[in-house]
Order: sequence, then C-alpha cells, then structure tokens
Amino acid sequence: MKNLEDLEKKINSELTTKINNTKIKHNQIYIDIDKDDLIDVTLFLKTNQDTKFSQLIDITAVDYPENNQRFEVVYLFLSHEFNQRLILKYCIAENEVIPSLSSIFPSANWMEREVFDMYGVSFKDHPDLRRILTDYGFEGHPLRKDFPLTGHSEVRYSEDQKKVISEPVKLEQNYRNFDYESPWEGTQYIKEEIENNDKKN
Amino acid sequence: MTKKIKNLNLNFGPQHPAAHGVLRLILELDGEVVEKADPHIGLLHRGTEKLIENKTYMQAVPYFDRLDYVAPMNQEHAFALAVEKILNVDVPIRAQYIRVIFCEIGRILSHILNVTTQALDVGALTPSLWGFEERETLMTFYERASGSRLHANYFRAGGVHQDLPKGLEEDIAKFCETFPKIINDLESLLTDNRIFKQRNVDIGVVTKEDALDYSFSGVMIRGSGVPWDLRKSQPYDCYKSLDFKIPVGKNGDCYDRYLCRIEEMKESVSIIKQCLSKMEKGPIKSLDGKISPPPKAQIKQSMEALIHHFKLFTEGYRVPKDEIYTAVEAPKGEFGVYLISDGSSKPYKCKIRAPGFSHLQSMDYLIKGHMLADVPAVLGSLDIVFGEVDR
Repeated sequence: MKNLEDLEKKINSELTTKINNTKIKHNQIYIDIDKDDLIDVTLFLKTNQDTKFSQLIDITAVDYPENNQRFEVVYLFLSHEFNQRLILKYCIAENEVIPSLSSIFPSANWMEREVFDMYGVSFKDHPDLRRILTDYGFEGHPLRKDFPLTGHSEVRYSEDQKKVISEPVKLEQNYRNFDYESPWEGTQYIKEEIENNDKKN
Repeated sequence: MTKKIKNLNLNFGPQHPAAHGVLRLILELDGEVVEKADPHIGLLHRGTEKLIENKTYMQAVPYFDRLDYVAPMNQEHAFALAVEKILNVDVPIRAQYIRVIFCEIGRILSHILNVTTQALDVGALTPSLWGFEERETLMTFYERASGSRLHANYFRAGGVHQDLPKGLEEDIAKFCETFPKIINDLESLLTDNRIFKQRNVDIGVVTKEDALDYSFSGVMIRGSGVPWDLRKSQPYDCYKSLDFKIPVGKNGDCYDRYLCRIEEMKESVSIIKQCLSKMEKGPIKSLDGKISPPPKAQIKQSMEALIHHFKLFTEGYRVPKDEIYTAVEAPKGEFGVYLISDGSSKPYKCKIRAPGFSHLQSMDYLIKGHMLADVPAVLGSLDIVFGEVDR
C-alpha cells in the first residue's frame, strides 16, 4: 500500500477482530492488539503482498507501575517495499507470559532477551531466554520504574579478600531529584515541611 | 577401541585486541572450524536509557555521544530529530547544513576507523597509521565547533549549540580537497591486495533475505545488494536537497562491505562540499525562547531572556505527551530513538535502537562453518562499537 490511510483500511478490513485500535501519527501507523493475536498479526504483516513489513526493527516495553496491566510491549516494524513504519502494541500484567517472535524473525531473539533482562517479561517458546546486558548473577530488572537509579549493589576489588566482591551501594550523598517544576509555588518538600509543621502546631 | 572426540570451547575476549572492545565470544570449535558462537555482551552496559529517564531533554544529549563513540554527532541527531518532531519546531536552514556536515564527518570518522582496523585485524598495519592521521584532523573540526574532540554535545532540539567559529568552513573545504587522495592511498594498499582479498572475499556472506530477517541495516544490508539508505528513503534535515549516490554491494561478503564503506566516504566528501557551498549566514538554532537558550548578551538586557535562561537550565523545556520513533542513517546502520514523553521536562522512556546490537546478534549465523581465523575478519566487517551495543 502506497499511503498510510490505505494501509490502515487494509489492516482493519483484513484483520478486523484482531485489531483493537489504529491511528496514524508522525507518518507512522500505531496499532493496538491483544497478546494472543501477536503471532497471527505479525505473520500477516510480514507476508501479505500489500504490507510487507519484512523487518523487525526493535522490541521494547514501557513500564506504567500504576496500571493494572503494567507493561506495554512495543514492536517496531519497517517495510522496505513501501517505505513505511508500523508500531504494534499491547498491554500485559506483571507475571504474564507472552509469545516469542523468534520463529518468525530470528533477530527477535536478542531483542526479547533484552526485554526480559530489563523488565522481567517472560517469553513463551524462546530458544534461549537468558539475561543479556546486565552482569552475570544480577538481580532485579533495571528499567522498571521502581528500580532505583543508583541500583542495589556495587562491585569492587577487595584488597583484603584479593577478589572482586559485590556489596550494597554506599553513597556519600544520595541521588537528589530536584523539583524544578514551579519553584515560586514552593517546592514539594518545602510544602510538605510546612504542612507537617502546621499539623504539629 | 573408540576414542571420544569432544568439541573445544574457546573463550575469545573480553580482552582481545581483535574483539573491538569488550566482547566475550564463546566459540565451539571442531578442529579449526567454528561450530557455534555465543557472544556475551553487556560488559560496557551503563544504563543509558535509565539515566536518560532521569535527566531533562537537554541533559540527555551527552549520553548519545557515549553510545557509538566513534561517530558521536550522528547519535545526537536522532535524539534531536525525535524531540523536534514532538515539539513541532522548525530548524533554521543553516543549522541543518551544519548538522549534516558534522554527521558526514562522523561517517568518515567511523568508516576510516572500521576500514583500517579491519585491515589491521587481517594483518595490514599501514592503513591504520595513515587513516588515524585523518581522523585526528576531523576530530579537531569537532573540537573547534563544539569544544571537545569526541563527546561533542553539540546538537540541540531546534538546531545546534553555537555557530561555527571563523575559518572552520574554509578548513573543512580544504580537507575535502586533500582527503580523496588519502582514500585513494588506502585503496591502493587494500583493494587489490592479495592477502586482504584472500581474507575477506567470500567470508561472512549474507543473503538479501537473511539481511532482512536479521534486522540488518546500513552497510550490512547494502553490502548484500539492498539499496536502502534512510538519507534517501526517509530524508531528514536537508538531505533531500543534496545529491549523492548509495553504493550497493553484490555478494554480501566482508570484501563488498569494505568497498561500500570506501565509496561512502567519497560520497560523504561530496555531501560536505555541497553543504559548504549552499550554506548561508543565518540563525543556527530555533528562535523560540521556550526551547533555545537566549544569547548571553541578551540576558543582561532583557528580563524575558533572563527568565527563559533560568527556566531552561533548571527545569528544562517541557515536551507534550506523545510517542515517536525516529531513525537516522548512522555510519553503522539505522540508529533509532523511540521516545515517550509525558508532558514533563524529562523523557518517560527513551529506547535506543542500536544497529550494532542486531548485527552482533547474527554472529552465530555468520561464522558457522568458517575457520577460527575468520572470526576477526567477520567481526571487523560487522563494525561493532560496544558503546552502542551495550548502551
């Protein structure tokens, strides 16, 4: 399909029930689906003559800790033939297992490993689901919003034990997150302090 | 009596000069033939994406220099474009030319490093000595424009940080005259060199289909005969108005990729020349005071400028709620930024799509059945920089 509007119509008419929502923005098409339809939708997008999204650009997740369905999993596709980009998304809860794309796109292997490593999302039928970017024996999933920026442990060489050891992070000064949003209304911590003082009095 | 023969596991790296950084490669060898390769990455993981989530949009730019540190400004470009698209700001034409000039300088920087170190890996020492001299010249251009040789922190949403200093344009033009001769010298050492060809021709062959399936981009996909370059197919900044060719390979082996890189350097020189001739005086960043900081002189005169300056460097500019994927043609391939903003002055999420990540992933597929000595040759032609693979 040469233009995005036609593509949107085509996808909606061919996949009807599998598509929850489509929109076009920034010259890209965004599609919301359900977790279970991922394989079907991807196969259609990859093989259909009018879509030909033959390249998987990336897989990632977004963490919204306040939502019931905490993670939004995002797939980016590119069609060389029609020079279009497509963004496929669905939401899942924290312990849900999702299908792996590695049988359709071999490149999904590492991308899914990265999502697993960074967010703790598990993939069904993945050939080799190990951590990829973090250290051997690392605990936690760093890109979750509740993972502290400074991390939990730090690694150093211990002169006494003559080996590399891992110990809890000790900071001379804590990481400070300044609240600049609207300084003249009083920053958050001053407000809280004033409120606390008011309560005491 | 039957003898049991076991495959040998070999640990290649992380401290190995041909590993191009901190790659740990576990190789399973049957004699000298590689049966399986399992790259262990992440030894240079610094949590860039997490850090960016905790910084304002302006503070996030320097992290992009530290991804692919041999072509820093190309990465900044992707981020700047993503923010600009969400903010919907126009970039002045002079800034676009400056950005393209420095992106092409970055491309030359990266390709020189790759071509010469690949030659080094297969036994040719001289090209790297000649090539690094040119890289030094190019890095002084970086320094004169931005103040630092490597970690430039030069591109901003809406333009660039400051105008080019006096005389820089002329010096870049001079470089464009002398550099093609250096490329020819390098070519005379390598292109028809018997040893170089023996080590690279028909090594690490990628077919068109596999290049697509493995998410290859940049030289890796063009070497296999797919004419795909984001500068042409999805032009950004002023690439539309420039005239350049896309070199495409035929066999998809290491040698074709080398040839593509050499040709691309020549095209880059021509792009820089065109930019220099088309460039006119004018503003170098968006004039919107809510996004670009005011000139120093104005701060002492104008109350509004003072407030803008203060707000920009404390809170930073706010970016409306949106999400976008933007990609640029970095020297190594498609470098993309998937940015989610939530209306505050810090990105909610910034996923970095690094070309090297998907290239390195295919190591097992590329090297299966090759000899151990071909590992550095293939690794060299993948053009891996660990800053971007590990992020």
